[in-house]
Amino acid sequence: MRYPPGVSQSDFDRAVRQFESSIGAEWVFTDEADVDLYRDAYSPLWGEEEEKIPSIALAPQSAEEVQSLMAICNEFQIPVYPVSTGKNLGYGGSAPVLTGSVVLDLKRMNRIIEVNEENAFALVEPGVSYFDLYNYIQEKGLDLWIDCPDPGWGSLIGNSLDHGVGYTVNPYRDHFEAHCGMEVVLADGDIVRTGMGALPNAETWQQYRWGYGPWMDGLFAQSNFGVVTKMGFWLSPAPEAFCSGSVQVMRYNDVHELVRITAKMMYSGILNSNAGVQSPMQFAIGQNPEMQERYERANEEDIRILDEFARSNNTPFWSSQFKFYGPREIVDSSWEYVKRQFADIDGVRYQDQESLNFPMSYEELMQTADENHLGVPSMSVFQLGNRSNFNPAGTNGHLGFSPVVPMTGEAVLESNKVLVRVLREMGGNTVFNVPPYSYHQRTFTILVGFTVTRDADTNRKTREIFRELVKVAAEHGWGEYRTHTAFMDDCAAAYSFNDNALLRLQQTLKDAIDPRGIISAGRYGIWPKHIRDTEGKGVATIKVSKEKEGDSNV
Amino acid sequence: MSRSFLFLVLALVSCELFAQVGDRAHGKEVYEHWCSSCHAPGARKHPGTSALEFIYKGEKSGVLEERLDLTPELVALFVRNGVKIMPPFRKTEISDKDLLDLGAYLSPQR
Repeated sequence: MRYPPGVSQSDFDRAVRQFESSIGAEWVFTDEADVDLYRDAYSPLWGEEEEKIPSIALAPQSAEEVQSLMAICNEFQIPVYPVSTGKNLGYGGSAPVLTGSVVLDLKRMNRIIEVNEENAFALVEPGVSYFDLYNYIQEKGLDLWIDCPDPGWGSLIGNSLDHGVGYTVNPYRDHFEAHCGMEVVLADGDIVRTGMGALPNAETWQQYRWGYGPWMDGLFAQSNFGVVTKMGFWLSPAPEAFCSGSVQVMRYNDVHELVRITAKMMYSGILNSNAGVQSPMQFAIGQNPEMQERYERANEEDIRILDEFARSNNTPFWSSQFKFYGPREIVDSSWEYVKRQFADIDGVRYQDQESLNFPMSYEELMQTADENHLGVPSMSVFQLGNRSNFNPAGTNGHLGFSPVVPMTGEAVLESNKVLVRVLREMGGNTVFNVPPYSYHQRTFTILVGFTVTRDADTNRKTREIFRELVKVAAEHGWGEYRTHTAFMDDCAAAYSFNDNALLRLQQTLKDAIDPRGIISAGRYGIWPKHIRDTEGKGVATIKVSKEKEGDSNV
Repeated sequence: MSRSFLFLVLALVSCELFAQVGDRAHGKEVYEHWCSSCHAPGARKHPGTSALEFIYKGEKSGVLEERLDLTPELVALFVRNGVKIMPPFRKTEISDKDLLDLGAYLSPQR
């Protein structure tokens, strides 16, 4: 059996006996082969000394059992790391940030407590996956849609708490935005309900999110202040129809109008889902060193030649895809209205894509361009990095660098240039560079994807590039919205306004809410007081650099 | 050889035989819950099927349920170790009993 750091073997042995008596020995995994199943399968640290490995794992089946386990961990000051379904692959999976932490595996807590069709909400436990909720709704024949992220095996609660996103209608596609009400077990085993849930016999826990007094829910997302054991989610009534289409513009500088109008349509509610900007010329430019150089420099002469290059390829420089959900008359007229807004752009082209009426059978839905965009969970995204003619060896996983940038044409151009330059100059193992996409309302997110391998040198190079991207992006005012556990300190350190004042506030809260510092040490850069200086490496780097500048406020 | 020793040997052999016989009906449920989203027919939407079709190039089926050469041991090896982008499955997802049943379901009947 492995032991956690900072806990004596005799104390840990006693704690394990108490864990066993609390939830049954069957659900206390101490055998190394069993615990190794909790390693992060997509770890960019795989097999290296720095890889984050748990000591043991506990699998409670109820909030009461979580309370009991937390009280034991708190007594012995045992670091504990809750995971929901453990499928947050690309962001750390089921492995902790601090090696030796005890994983609290909540997969067995998989009850769908309520799905309310009339008021369109669900109340679930952490082990409930998108597949589970989708299947439940289909079996009951409810007139509701879920919004799911790319892989369907993830937890609604875990994904939402990590600010995960999906692809259907606003506001459901931003999963934390779509939540309403939580139940949380605190470090000492106490249990609280947020929002209206604080009212005994609450009748609107999943309908009115603010409750009374300060709203606490944000404290439990991307953090380590409690263990969320129940959470409510708003669902969308099943729409009647869907249509999609693209707008294509011909010249380099058309991106400004393309994005300006897209943003206006989105903020007006006419576009009720996400949209992005891509360049159909990306591949042709990438294959042509002269054009790549001109694209990165982009002076007036370069732009004239790039436009000619696009024209000679008979290819639009930019395109955006739009989706509409709702009654048939409204989705069709919205798309026609959106088309008209772009009519003043010289040479603009439109392409009608899918037009669907619901309900559709599961088999029909799986034949569409992307079932995830229709609220159907699947695993088809895992084609990415799969073994294929394109990539015969396949990959051992992936991770993404995903900074948030403004929804402007200028930001699209600038972020593309800056990030591509870093990638080109540093080389490395980039698998894809997804253009700006509005995963969240009112911003674009750029997703630079990396493959993860079992070769330490390659992974080391990837980490080096990733950290450089964090640094360069921050210099331009772009920060990560979510990151892999290997980079949580780096990203937290980048949010450095006023000597990392936000992180210092989070540390103050950590010390107050979890005074013995047992929950998810290091998650999102928040380290407990007793190991803050020894383990908080990203922030320590900031501290050193500030001290060199004669400023030691951190 | 004493009678008690013989009894012990017989008991162990029985346990071993019992352990080899999984519940195929339950194994099908495990398959449908945990495996089919990647391994069902249709390579376009099922990455497990797509990868296996690429590897075997028609020599064997890319669909696990159509394979004639799987054994419980091989199924267990992949479930507990993963391969490439397929991660291993924890015991809170697929228990040892589930795995035995899954192995029985995916192995040709003997």
